[in-house]
Amino acid sequence: MGRITLEGVQKSFGPVHIIKGVDLDIPDGAFVVFVGPSGCGKTTLLRLIAGLEDVSGGRILIDGNNVVDVPPAKRGLSMVFQSYALYPHMSVRGNIAFGLKMAGLPKAEINQKVEAAAATLNLTPYLDRKPRELSGGQRQRVAIGRAIVREPKAFLFDEPLSNLDAALRVQMRLEVTRLQKQLGTTAIYVTHDQVEAMTMADKIVVLNAGRIEQYGSPIELYQRPANLFVAGFIGSPKMNFIVGEEASRRGATTIGVRPEHIAIVEDGGEGWRGKVLIAEHLGSDTFLYVDAGALGTLTVRCVGEKRLSAGDAVTLRPEPNRIYRFDDSGHSIFA
Amino acid sequence: MATRQTQLLARALMSPAVILLFIWMIVPLALTIYFSTLHYSLLDPGSESFVGLENFEYFLTDPAFLASLQNTLVLVGSVLLLTIGLGIPLAILLDQPVIGRNFIRLMVIAPFFVMPTVSALVWKNLLMHPVSGLFAWIATSLGLTPIDWFTDAPLLAVIFIVAWQWLPFATLILLTALQSLDEEQKEAAEMDGASALSRFIYLTVPHLARPITVVILIETIFLLTVFAEIFVTTGGGPGLQTTNIAFLVYSQALIQFDVGTASAGGLVAVVIANIVAFFLVRIVGRNLEA
Repeated sequence: MGRITLEGVQKSFGPVHIIKGVDLDIPDGAFVVFVGPSGCGKTTLLRLIAGLEDVSGGRILIDGNNVVDVPPAKRGLSMVFQSYALYPHMSVRGNIAFGLKMAGLPKAEINQKVEAAAATLNLTPYLDRKPRELSGGQRQRVAIGRAIVREPKAFLFDEPLSNLDAALRVQMRLEVTRLQKQLGTTAIYVTHDQVEAMTMADKIVVLNAGRIEQYGSPIELYQRPANLFVAGFIGSPKMNFIVGEEASRRGATTIGVRPEHIAIVEDGGEGWRGKVLIAEHLGSDTFLYVDAGALGTLTVRCVGEKRLSAGDAVTLRPEPNRIYRFDDSGHSIFA
Repeated sequence: MATRQTQLLARALMSPAVILLFIWMIVPLALTIYFSTLHYSLLDPGSESFVGLENFEYFLTDPAFLASLQNTLVLVGSVLLLTIGLGIPLAILLDQPVIGRNFIRLMVIAPFFVMPTVSALVWKNLLMHPVSGLFAWIATSLGLTPIDWFTDAPLLAVIFIVAWQWLPFATLILLTALQSLDEEQKEAAEMDGASALSRFIYLTVPHLARPITVVILIETIFLLTVFAEIFVTTGGGPGLQTTNIAFLVYSQALIQFDVGTASAGGLVAVVIANIVAFFLVRIVGRNLEA
C-alpha cells in the first residue's frame, strides 16, 4: 500500500516561504508527476515527503500515519536522485544491495532480491562493475534498481532523466513507466519538462511559487486548464494569449488558443490576418510565428510540410469551440 | 603545435632551468660520494686519504646505526598513525557547521606555520618541562608526579611534538576531501537506512582512501628527515634513544668531525628512503591509480 496525503504542508527556509500550504491526496499505485518552472518548490516538496527536509507546518500521511517526525529510512519510501548518487567505490551489486544490507537481511535473501532486480532492469551482466564503468543510462538503471529492491511503499524520482541525452530520455521514460505499471507501486516524479509530465503521469500536479495550480489527469489539464498559468505551462508550443478587443468581444479579459487549434485558411473568408515572421519546418510539423498586428505574435502549428516562408501573408482561423476564456484574475471561464 | 621548431624552441628555453637544477643536485651528490670514500676528519684537515668502502663498513656496523634506524621507523610510523587517527575525527568536526568555523579552522592550521625549532622549544620549555611546564603543573594539581618527558619517554615526547606539527596538514587534506563528498550520496545512504556510523564506514572512509594515501606519502618523505625537533629537545639522547638516521649523520660529521663516515651515512639514508618509498608506493600507491 502507498497512499500519500499532504495536509497544509508548508516549508520555509528562514524568512523565505518555499511551500505555502499544499493539500494533496495521492492514491495507492498512482503515477503522479510534480511539474512546474524552476524554483516553484517541486523538488522541496518531494524532499519533504522523503523526509530529507523537515516540514515547517502541516502533516504528511503515508497510509494514514503521520510521518512528519519519522526519519527518512523508516518512511518506507525510496528515492532516485538527479545525480543518481551511486556509491562510487561499490559495485553495482553493492549499490543495489546496500539498503537491504543496512536493514540486516540474510545474505542469501539479499542476493536473490538483487539478482531479481538486476534481471528486471537488464543489469545482470554489469553486477560486478563499478558505477564509473557504466554509461549514463546504465547508471540510471542502477539507481532505479537500488530503489525497487527495497520494495518501498512509493518511489520518489527527482528529475531522474535530466542528465541523459534526448534519445535515451525517451527510452528511459518508457522503461520507468512500464516498470511502475508492472510493480503497481505509487510513484511521485518531479520534472520541469512538461512533455515528460504529459507522457508519464496518471495525474499531474502543476506547481507554481509554492502552491498547487491544478491537480488532474494530463488530458484534463490540457482540455480544461484552471487558469492562465496552467494553460500556458501545459502544451507545446505554448498557448497563444490574446487580450483587448478580441477578448472582450468573447466576454473575457484574456483568451487563449493553442497553436494546434489554429488553421491556415485560403478561402478568403473570416479570420485573423497576419504575416509570417519565421517558419520552423520539422518535417512532421511546421511551426509558424505570425505577426497578427494588434493581436500580437501568434504561434501556429500545422501538420505536415507547409510551403510558407517568412514574409508570406496568411489568414488564421481558430477553432471556435477550442478558445479558452479567462477572467481578470486569470481563472478560466467555462461555458 | 608539436612541430620540430616548437620542440627545439621548448628545449632551448627549458634547458637553463634543467641544467641549473641538475648541477644543483648532482654536485652535492657527487661530492658526498667522493667524501664517502675518503678518510676525512675535520680535526686533521689536509690529511685526506682514499679508504675505499671502509666508511660504509664503519657506519653500518656501528651499533648506533641499527638503533637509529629503528628510531626512525618508529617515529615515522607513530606520527603517521597519530596524524591520520586524529586527523579524520578532527576533519569531520571541522566540517560541521558551527559558529566561527573559519576562525576555528585557522587556529587548527596554525601549528603548521610555526617553525620546527620554535615549536620544539615551546614544547620543551613551556609544556613538557618537568618543573615549570604546563603538563607538570596539571599533574601536580591533580596530585600526581609530573613526568620528566625527555628523560623517561624521550622518543614519545619527540613523536608528540612532530605529530602536533603534522596534524594540521593531515586535517587540512582530509577536510578538503570531506567537503567534496557528494551530498546526494549521503542522502541516498540515509534513505537506504544507513546509520551515521554506517555512513562513515561505507561512504566516508572509502572516499578518504585517496587523500589518506597522499598524506602518508608526503608525510613519510618529511618524517624520514626529522632533525630540528630532536636537535633542540633531546640532542639525540638520552644515549641513543632519540637518535634517528638524520641525527646520526649529523653527529658523525659535526660531533665526531668524521666527514667520510657522515657522507657514507648520508648515502645509506638515501638508500633507506628509496627502500621505504618503494614499499610505500607498492602498498598504498595503488589507491592513486584510476
